[in-house]
Amino acid sequence: MSDTTTSGPMLAADGTPLKTSLARALRRQKLRALALIAPLLLFVVITFIIPIASMLLRSVENEIVSNTMPQATEALQSWDASSDTPPDEAVFQALYFDLFRAAEAKEHTKLGTRLNYEQTGTSSLFRTSGRNLDKVGEEWQDPIEDIAPALKDGETWYAMMSGTGGEALLESRRALWNQMVPGDFGGDVGLTLSTEIIELLPLTSAAYADWAIFEALEKGRDVSSRDPWEAVYAALGLDLRAEATVAAVNAYQGPHADDLRLLTANLDQLPDLTFRDAFADLDEDWLDPEVWQTIQIYSPSYTSGYFLNAVDMEKGPEGAQARPDNQRIYNKLFVRTLWMSLVITASCIVLGYPVAWILANLPMRTANVLMILVLLPFWTSLLVRTSAWKVLLQQQGVINDILVWLGFVDDANRLILMNNATGTVIAMTHILLPFMILPLYSVMKTIPPTYLRAAKSLGATNWTAFWRVYFPQSVPGIGAGSILVFILAIGYYITPEIVGGTDGVFISNRIAYHISSSLNWGLAAALGTILLAVVLLLYWLYDRIVGIDNVKLGG
Amino acid sequence: MLDASVDQSFVKFDRVQKSYDGENLVVKDLNLSMPKGEFLTMLGPSGSGKTTCLMMLAGFETATHGEILLDGNPINNIPPHKRGIGMVFQNYALFPHMTVAENLAFPLEVRKMDKATREEKVKRALDMVQMGAFGGRRPAQLSGGQQQRIALARALVFEPELVLMDEPLGALDKQLREHMQFEITRLAHDLGITTVYVTHDQTEALTMSDRVAVFEDGRIQQLAPPDTLYEEPENSFVAQFIGENNTLEGVVTKINGPDLCEVKLDGGELIDAKPVNVSNVGDRTRVSIRPERVEMNQERLQDGAHTLKAEVLEFIYMGDIFRTRLRVAGNEEFVVKTRNAPDQARLKPGTHVDIGWLPQDCRALDA
Ligand SMILES: Nc1ncnc2c1ncn2[C@@H]1O[C@H](COP(=O)(O)OP(=O)(O)OP(=O)(O)O)[C@@H](O)[C@H]1O
Ligand SMILES: [Mg+2]
Repeated sequence: MSDTTTSGPMLAADGTPLKTSLARALRRQKLRALALIAPLLLFVVITFIIPIASMLLRSVENEIVSNTMPQATEALQSWDASSDTPPDEAVFQALYFDLFRAAEAKEHTKLGTRLNYEQTGTSSLFRTSGRNLDKVGEEWQDPIEDIAPALKDGETWYAMMSGTGGEALLESRRALWNQMVPGDFGGDVGLTLSTEIIELLPLTSAAYADWAIFEALEKGRDVSSRDPWEAVYAALGLDLRAEATVAAVNAYQGPHADDLRLLTANLDQLPDLTFRDAFADLDEDWLDPEVWQTIQIYSPSYTSGYFLNAVDMEKGPEGAQARPDNQRIYNKLFVRTLWMSLVITASCIVLGYPVAWILANLPMRTANVLMILVLLPFWTSLLVRTSAWKVLLQQQGVINDILVWLGFVDDANRLILMNNATGTVIAMTHILLPFMILPLYSVMKTIPPTYLRAAKSLGATNWTAFWRVYFPQSVPGIGAGSILVFILAIGYYITPEIVGGTDGVFISNRIAYHISSSLNWGLAAALGTILLAVVLLLYWLYDRIVGIDNVKLGG
Repeated sequence: MLDASVDQSFVKFDRVQKSYDGENLVVKDLNLSMPKGEFLTMLGPSGSGKTTCLMMLAGFETATHGEILLDGNPINNIPPHKRGIGMVFQNYALFPHMTVAENLAFPLEVRKMDKATREEKVKRALDMVQMGAFGGRRPAQLSGGQQQRIALARALVFEPELVLMDEPLGALDKQLREHMQFEITRLAHDLGITTVYVTHDQTEALTMSDRVAVFEDGRIQQLAPPDTLYEEPENSFVAQFIGENNTLEGVVTKINGPDLCEVKLDGGELIDAKPVNVSNVGDRTRVSIRPERVEMNQERLQDGAHTLKAEVLEFIYMGDIFRTRLRVAGNEEFVVKTRNAPDQARLKPGTHVDIGWLPQDCRALDA
């Protein structure tokens, strides 16, 4: 008996080791607890964690450039951005095929908008060029169709390109499409390229595959009888520029080899146009190295560009650099937001402390009535309250009228209380005051009056008793109230929007602008992330200086 | 100065009344005078106005009527912090955000004493309550008894002449309470402090005080040293409230001088008693006899003394004493306490005995 208890592990009544059975019992308890909080957990995850995570992601995500122009961004990598000359023909050629696809899928405008955040003018550059890419292709299509009329016909093309073993190319092209428009390009294309033709005419095969995938899966048409788009002709023209290809075509035995040989026999009728010139024709700006710099800087999938932008910097060829003076706004806004939130918090403390003190020291019934007055503002809409401040604060408003009537202010020099920082501070102090009073009140309520009496019995004057004994014990309430007010203030949006004018707006107003007007969500996300980081940093500082244990919302 | 020496009182309540709501008097016509160095206890049931009196003395409540004098000077208009009265609160009221030493230094700081003096005095006060090693702790890190001692030390550290204590031992367990009772009295006497002590524990009041003021309903019912209070209660409230007590009701039938009268109980039995609150034949009275003064041994009674028939209902062995519950003249709660002596009979329930008492132990009080 004593042997088993002293030598082996402790056993429970049923003989299982005590640890195991304890763990089992605890696990059951934990599962039950988990089941109870599951709805809340789910809610928090869905409405809080996921949005924040997606915001963090969005602030660095930049896949649109490389997804929309996979070949051009790749080709651009070797370009020296500091060279002051536009990139070489290979890049323009890749750009053509990328942009052609994007234009067909109407994705090129999105890319233009994205790049426009970094360089103005890019948006229209992409839009106008996208519209005219067909014409560039026609430069080849027309002569090719003249030389080999059979190539006018979609069926000829289909027969020429079809065969066996070309699945790999089709799949890789499909992957490119899916990158650009995620999830749109599943299903059977109805085409198997032949390996011979892929080897013979690589560019043409790729362009044809691009077209076929788009035609079959996006438009829902039968590719075997449709004419390919212009880019395929351009690709064929490009393929035939290589002498090796010409020789191989002449030896080729596959379907419609004779049509191809018609072309090789008449190479001199094909245009010797470069894409570089073609793009320059579409828009001069394509020769501007700055455009290409921007594209190159933003071709990686992730970028710090939004964050740099959010702190008034930009990415240059030599890394991060400050923006020109006239484009800097965010640092000023951040500083203003922090400063004004501090001022609002301080005025809430100054105004709220005496009120909370009175409430805490009144008999319960009176205190409850007054508490309703404190809470009353919560019962009216925030918008209404803020608009009411507008009525009060404007130059012809109630406050100015009273001041003028009392003679404190000259009628000609009415105070400007609105559409500036003053207005924001006044209105927001009023709106956030309850958030200061409530925690202060609940902390003060728990400080027994005997402490003050004890202090006085020990010889302290009213002021000393308050300052040395009462106030330190109410500090946790100040801390809790300040954190609440400050954090609410720093993210406030409606009130500064309405009464803030231009000098009184907060960073959140700018975030809202980027979310709903400029649609630059990445920048909005970066600004939001910085705001979040600043709040966390301040919270951490507060914890270090005051101690978060010192925050009490009540008893 | 002359006044003070004339009537010998250090603290004096002169016809003090207090009402909080303007309708009910919480303190009714309080007259009290304490000489310097006295340890006076206010004892009384809950709500009888003890704390109110203390608060008026300390200056946290103002008297509605009457005057309070400290060392001969009226203090009604002196704010609390200038009264120089030490106070120990029921819940100690140690400042939670200060260490023990800072708590003690607080009254010295507000008196602008220099640092060296402060430290010296704090150390002495801590040693006095045997808490020298605890100066750096926060109140929350101390046990109840330790907090109590610190509260005491804080009330004494600035050497007040008058110290008020409002149920300071209420939260302590029995053993600690007895220990602290001893320490408080010792300190008070050693330092020669005048003390007003509030409690509703009568043992505490009896063991600690020079005099006890029994409060009831805003009045002092009796103000006397403990032994007088116990042995010679002046009215039936005091008799009931202090110690254990047997009461029988009846009518005075004969008065034989200042020390003896005859009372006819409601059941018809006749007993002897000492008239205290009765003056006329025919007055209704309630007689009170302490359980330990009841005599079951007839030989010890005076000749011709009246006796009563009693039936034993219960016998409880309590170690040092026996406690026997009897039915006497229809009262089933009549208790007799006897010493556990070798010759003392242990009475079985159902036994019939005759009981009696010396007339001076049986006090005929108000009905
Ligand atoms: N601040 C107050 N306002 C109104 N009534 C009060 C106040 N303080 C005390 N009272 C009333 O005065 C009466 C006496 O109260 P007091 O506190 O003096 O009693 P106490 O003898 O100290 O009782 P306890 O032994 O319970 O402490 C009580 O009826 C109480 O309800
Ligand atoms: Mg009390």
